[in-house]
Amino acid sequence: MTALFEYTLRIGDDSLILGQRLSEWCGHGPILEEDIALTNIALDLIGQATTLLNYAGECEGKGRDGDALAFLRFDREYKNLLLLEQPNGDFGSTIMRQFLFDAFRKPYFEALQKSTDSTLAAIAEKSLKETRYHLKHSSEWVIRLGDGTEESHNRVQEALDDLWRYTDELFFEDEIDQELIQLGIAPAMDTIRTIWYQTVTGIFEEATLKIPTNNWKYAGGRKGMHSEHLGYMLAEMQYMQRSYPNMEW
Amino acid sequence: MVTTAQVWSYLEEVSDPEIPVLTIVDLGVVRDVQVTSSNCHVVITPTYSGCPAMKMIEEQIIEKLTEKGIDSCSVELVLAPAWTTDWLTESGKEKLRTYGIAPPEHEPDKSVLFAEPIKVPCPRCATKNTRMISQFGSTACKAQYQCNECLEPFDYFKCLK
Repeated sequence: MTALFEYTLRIGDDSLILGQRLSEWCGHGPILEEDIALTNIALDLIGQATTLLNYAGECEGKGRDGDALAFLRFDREYKNLLLLEQPNGDFGSTIMRQFLFDAFRKPYFEALQKSTDSTLAAIAEKSLKETRYHLKHSSEWVIRLGDGTEESHNRVQEALDDLWRYTDELFFEDEIDQELIQLGIAPAMDTIRTIWYQTVTGIFEEATLKIPTNNWKYAGGRKGMHSEHLGYMLAEMQYMQRSYPNMEW
Repeated sequence: MVTTAQVWSYLEEVSDPEIPVLTIVDLGVVRDVQVTSSNCHVVITPTYSGCPAMKMIEEQIIEKLTEKGIDSCSVELVLAPAWTTDWLTESGKEKLRTYGIAPPEHEPDKSVLFAEPIKVPCPRCATKNTRMISQFGSTACKAQYQCNECLEPFDYFKCLK
């Protein structure tokens, strides 16, 4: 089914692109424990991406597996959220990006567990257990940094001001979603948005952070229209497969 | 013909590549064994989505069964029902402790922010006077702790539910 392929590709790309971004922290974390934490989270996301993209390949039925989808597409064919391809910035910025996404992913996977598609339901059940740990980690850091020193507060507030414009896209719905919502495969986004908003406003209050009043919103990732950052990232990610096709180690 | 029970006992000879003291049966990743006249089928499940050991476990299963004279075998990976630390056997937990990794306790450390981390007894001196260093450790399934009394840093096999 085309819609199921496209839908699974979107959520698989979310995990893949954020996992790749986080893995850039490997060896560069501000402290050893956070270096390990960020790369552990990256590993969970890459694991989810593997399962999701393999399944997307099955749905497509053209013989592409997860590796082919991950490494052999052009930028316009990636359907991840714009938020997730944004550069890491400083630690506060990485944590803010992570928190905005984790706060969405938890209620999303909770809802997707009830999918009438048994594969997606199983992936959601598995991934939810990991996402709970991710959300706890990013929430605590948002509070610690926001309600920390003047310097940490300012940096994490700047990150929020910068990233907020990408959050509307978390709840993107088009005819593909509509078709799958009708079939009970995909969850509707309205309830998830409410839960997400409660989570982020609660944490920002504790963190003494303010949601920007500028309501300009960006979207396009779900349709393959990306920011300039994705291309550079894919160039690095795909280099080996493009230069040495089918290489393995 | 080989029996299902024999295959289970062979699988008890396959150890987890990351925690060699545990067999894959102790770890609870083996879900099912189906023996027919022509094939031996083993069903496994990952502990974490990104667990890099799964591929190796699959290869080790095939290697072990081949070594035991089973010519035709296959391994299937399933996700549901999702693995939790409840699948870890009691003897597995004891082996972990002896090896120096604290086995999972009670409930996952998940809901309350900044909650006092779960008190994990030190696998060396058994005191509960320990502290969490980080929720994320050397592998996806572990957290880092340190004992306040014997000062030994240790891994905690964290609860997943």
